[in-house]
Amino acid sequence: MAVNTDKNSYTILFAVVMVLVVGSLLAFTASALKPNIKENERIEKQQNILYAMGINGNEGTGDITFVDSKKAEAKFATNVSEQIVLEVKDGKIINEMTGEEFANSEDTDKGIEPYLIDVKKQQTRVKEGKSRYLPLFISDNNGQKVYVAPIRGKGLWDAIWGYVAIDKKMVVQGAFFDHKGETPGLGANIKQRYFMDDFTGERLLSDEGVFRGITVAKGNNDPKNEDKDDNEVDALAGATITGDGVSAMIKKDLKLYLPYFKNL
Amino acid sequence: MGLLSKKDTKLITDPLADNNPITIQVLGICSALAITAELKASLVMGIAVLFVLGVGNVVISLLRNLIPSKIRIIVQLIVVASLVIIVDQVLKAFAFELSKTLSVFIGLIITNCIIMGRFEAFALGNGPWKSFLDGIGNALGYAVILIIVGFFRELLGSGTLFGIPVLGDPIEKTRVYSIGYENNGFMLMPPMALIIVGLIIWVQRSRNKDLIED
Repeated sequence: MAVNTDKNSYTILFAVVMVLVVGSLLAFTASALKPNIKENERIEKQQNILYAMGINGNEGTGDITFVDSKKAEAKFATNVSEQIVLEVKDGKIINEMTGEEFANSEDTDKGIEPYLIDVKKQQTRVKEGKSRYLPLFISDNNGQKVYVAPIRGKGLWDAIWGYVAIDKKMVVQGAFFDHKGETPGLGANIKQRYFMDDFTGERLLSDEGVFRGITVAKGNNDPKNEDKDDNEVDALAGATITGDGVSAMIKKDLKLYLPYFKNL
Repeated sequence: MGLLSKKDTKLITDPLADNNPITIQVLGICSALAITAELKASLVMGIAVLFVLGVGNVVISLLRNLIPSKIRIIVQLIVVASLVIIVDQVLKAFAFELSKTLSVFIGLIITNCIIMGRFEAFALGNGPWKSFLDGIGNALGYAVILIIVGFFRELLGSGTLFGIPVLGDPIEKTRVYSIGYENNGFMLMPPMALIIVGLIIWVQRSRNKDLIED
């Protein structure tokens, strides 16, 4: 049976059938796999937060290793002793909630576990003139409290984000960065351990208590990052814009927590 | 030769050297520049393209008598795009760690001109089995060049291979660094990939004069 594939009517018919078939195939795949994907992402968030807290499977000086994904849930429950949510507007904290208060709220913008708060959504809320919910995940190690905050910003190609663990004086205890589509071998190296490790011990504040953030600096001439008082870490070669993105998101998102830490 | 006839074997071996998609057909240059700063990324991209090109070629070949020629490019694009999305979703659901490593490449595969090029030049005019072999052959040819380029860029640019420091520690100044060797940061920049590809083309053509066009 020879079909005349040059006829306009056939072309249109083919296009319509193809769109229907492909469209429903993709929709079916997406909705069938959605629960699995959501669950994976949830576990990943827990692993990321634990990583920043210093609870990870790192060995020696190799790659980054998370806690096992099957154990993440339990480890998260034991190590994160407290989750709190700060409601911030115009640089002032207008409300402070515990994790349970936030999760049990009837409000549609709340009602989730604080670690599932989508930072991107919160940044949009600010643009709409609303308040922003800032989560903090607190681990208590024999009275030494470590606070983990999520941050999010722009790299060269797409979103970059991370979790930074700080103590009550806003000295970094650990950091985790990830990205959506930075260049492998260049910007994607923000996910390398040697880059993240450099942040440990850096201070977000100056001696006078002014918020300075941490700059990913070219030519700070300190490749081993021994100077912890300069508010700078060594940049990645060939990844200027991604590095600038990391500096920017640290400055912008962590600064919002400043009033909370001033009052500790 | 049991499984493959002589002609079939040629479909696989030709793209490895004398009809290489990158150095001879000059397809897929963009991804060869973008992701070859690391050997691991080159290898992963090679495997991803192997899969998509193999399966995609078969799908297009099966549909070849049905696809209206007026909209064939769009049809090809949709086949690649949906294949890639399905693979991406399945990986995210069942092999989350792997999908994190692959995330960048997934998008790059769709824009890889090798895939469209082989659909258009081969799969539309040949049967499924031949198209499958052609897809595998071309993807392997692509992967070989990517791995060669990745090897030199990572070795000379970062002093590592697959992330393992093979030349010593540049900061502690051990091994070759102790005699004054420095990593060439320039190798990490995309233009150097083009220069390495150029060198490969040069070597290849000086060994086989038939490849030189007038």
